[in-house]
Amino acid sequence: MNQKVVIIDYGMGNIGSIVNMFNFLGVRPIVSNDEQIIKGADKVVLPGVGNFDKAMNNINRLNLKESIYHLAIEKQKPFLGICLGMQIMCENSEEGTLPGLSLIQADVKKFSFAKDSGLKIPHMGWNEIQTQKESKILEQESSSRFYFVHSFFVSCKNNLDVSALTEYGHTFVSAFERENLMGVQFHPEKSHRFGIQLFKKYLAI
Amino acid sequence: MLRTRIIPILLLKDGGLVKTVKFSKERYIGDPINAVKIFNVKEADELVLLDISATKKGSGPNFDEIREIVSEAFMPIGYGGGISTLTQIEELFNLGVEKVILNSAAIENMELISSAADIFGSQSIVVSIDVKRNLFSGYSVYTHSGTKKSKMSLDEILKAIQIAGAGELVINSIDNDGMMKGYDYDLIKSVSSKIEIPLVCVGGAGSVQDFRLAISAGASAVGAGSMFIYQGVHKAVLISYVPFEQL
Repeated sequence: MNQKVVIIDYGMGNIGSIVNMFNFLGVRPIVSNDEQIIKGADKVVLPGVGNFDKAMNNINRLNLKESIYHLAIEKQKPFLGICLGMQIMCENSEEGTLPGLSLIQADVKKFSFAKDSGLKIPHMGWNEIQTQKESKILEQESSSRFYFVHSFFVSCKNNLDVSALTEYGHTFVSAFERENLMGVQFHPEKSHRFGIQLFKKYLAI
Repeated sequence: MLRTRIIPILLLKDGGLVKTVKFSKERYIGDPINAVKIFNVKEADELVLLDISATKKGSGPNFDEIREIVSEAFMPIGYGGGISTLTQIEELFNLGVEKVILNSAAIENMELISSAADIFGSQSIVVSIDVKRNLFSGYSVYTHSGTKKSKMSLDEILKAIQIAGAGELVINSIDNDGMMKGYDYDLIKSVSSKIEIPLVCVGGAGSVQDFRLAISAGASAVGAGSMFIYQGVHKAVLISYVPFEQL
């Protein structure tokens, strides 16, 4: 199937590794911030690392909100947010003051641990996920591990949206999913066969 | 639970993979692309590639080589060597590198760290510091692959890189490099008590026990070169990896 996968390029870092992953799976993704190209996508990946407000500022400045809503809400195309991309799908973040895209009812909060906990921020490295429900992109096996790098975490208002939880000091939402909308806090593009499997399932939707 | 990262450290020189002892006695090991493929198959947690000739030669990163290495490596890859501008950093991220590792240029110009962290996020900006024990029972910092002694003290540099916004620190013991007799645990203890960011220790690993000791001394992640490249007392070249289950 010749599907048009668009990776939204809104100036928030590291897209190269996601492009490499799709190429490896035989799909040439389109990297773009052009409204028309995004509107014509079959599937969209919203990547991102860095600061929440900066990300929302870039989305607003590039006028991408309308095309994102067109695709995610009206056309209900598979929409995958990765890391900060997942976070800006939420309503707001303790990292900033700007409203998020509000595609999912959720807040983004800052990790905060006692100094003697030995827990460093960011949460960086490989951690396991516990799946919470059937998912289009997650395997229902207990031993899936993924690579994480983040200082803020998602807290869903609707428990039914939570598709996976992970433990770091406390449990947090490492993946959410509601119909065509999906978000993962980890980096599947950097998570060996576990991530390859996730993208394969995503392409097969 | 978060697993402790075990990170192979691969040294690049003029397109080849090399290994050093105390930052000298370079030995040619083989083709770096092959080595990375093996670590990919063995599902290494993360990889660090350091081009030890790029800064000394004054050339920037070899983008073609890096592109070839990272295009099918689905794990986080940190690259260091010859990076001195934001344009180079951006190009590395475009290739699919996850973290850039700054050493000589950052220690001489902290602004490179702060502007890079500001644009790309702290988590992707790693600073690496090479240290050698000095006569005064402390440590001196060296840049340019261990050839140039820094005027700043280790403590001053630790403070400055954190203020500048480094997201992670790689500390490399020149004395222990390639010796495979254990890390410098005093160094790990001392540095980890002075920083808030994750610490990756490098230099001296010879066994899984060394990893455990480094972690209890305060390292957040452990790096090793020789241990993953050599096999046996005669140091035959054989790429291997220790999966997390064994830690």
